[in-house]
Amino acid sequence: MRSAFPYTLPVLAGYLFMGLAFGVMFEEQGYSVLWAIIVSVFVYAGSGQYLALNFFVPGYSFIQAIALTLMVNIRHVFYGLSLVERCNRFGWKRWYLIFGMTDETYSLACTVNVPEDVDEEKFLLSITLLNHVYWVLGTVIGSLAASAIPFNSEGIDFAMTALFLVLFIELWSNRYNRPAELLGVVVSLVCLLVFGADGFILPTMLLIVAILLVRRRKFEFPSKGAGKDA
Amino acid sequence: MLDATTSLLMIAVVAIATFATRAAAFVVFPKGKEIPPTVRYIGNVLTPAVIGMLVVYCLKSTNVLAYPYGLPELIACLAVVALHLWKRNTLLSVGAGTILYMFLVQFVF
Repeated sequence: MRSAFPYTLPVLAGYLFMGLAFGVMFEEQGYSVLWAIIVSVFVYAGSGQYLALNFFVPGYSFIQAIALTLMVNIRHVFYGLSLVERCNRFGWKRWYLIFGMTDETYSLACTVNVPEDVDEEKFLLSITLLNHVYWVLGTVIGSLAASAIPFNSEGIDFAMTALFLVLFIELWSNRYNRPAELLGVVVSLVCLLVFGADGFILPTMLLIVAILLVRRRKFEFPSKGAGKDA
Repeated sequence: MLDATTSLLMIAVVAIATFATRAAAFVVFPKGKEIPPTVRYIGNVLTPAVIGMLVVYCLKSTNVLAYPYGLPELIACLAVVALHLWKRNTLLSVGAGTILYMFLVQFVF
């Protein structure tokens, strides 16, 4: 735990802020700090939880909640693929690693060289647990602050927009991502105009998947070594 | 806000769906099993497409036809893009962009 802590400091800052914004927004929907803790402990997802804020209104369909959550988290399937071999060596505790594999924890797990005198499993578990605690802590602070200090938080929901915009820019720096990113934007805008703000997400998702499957050649990443013998 | 039972159900649904995506690889592709090319392809392209969709989703309620014509959103988004291209610091881009947006909607527009 002690050797893992320094590596998690950047995540500490990020999660406190992002968690705080979530806590404030959730509190303003009428949910007390206890609810915020339940969500952050059991869901534990940054962008996923921001998105989920939209689900807690009467009449919201569970199907749409599931579909959106799966879509926003689909990248985790592929994080998992790259960790299967590494994690299957560990025992049942690996299921906590899998549960807690957020973007930030994943990137730490992939980039940090585990110190030689430290057990890898314990090290990864410590990173995961510390990050999880930071996230819950940020949420609690946000929720309590929003209920204790009456401050005008109008516009704080822009944190979600900013986060996705940053992810968009990060992906854009790899040019192979660009056609798919543009497809996502264009299809969404068209569906937004056709179906309106309340019901455009499901048709958008279906259309995106359909186009990706049908026009595969337009979006395919070049495989390593392509063009040599093909 | 939903009633307590529905809220708990909604949290459970989101938690299970989130965990399902994180655990899928370990359940479907245990040690050494080959990953079908179509699955790999969808995995590569779906994330950028969904992030593009989510940017639009976040801005879906912006009314560009009436005052303030989406100006706070536009200014704050441009600030986030510029700041992020310059510093490449996610926390800084999100934090400063959010504070700027809050300032714009509360005091300027």
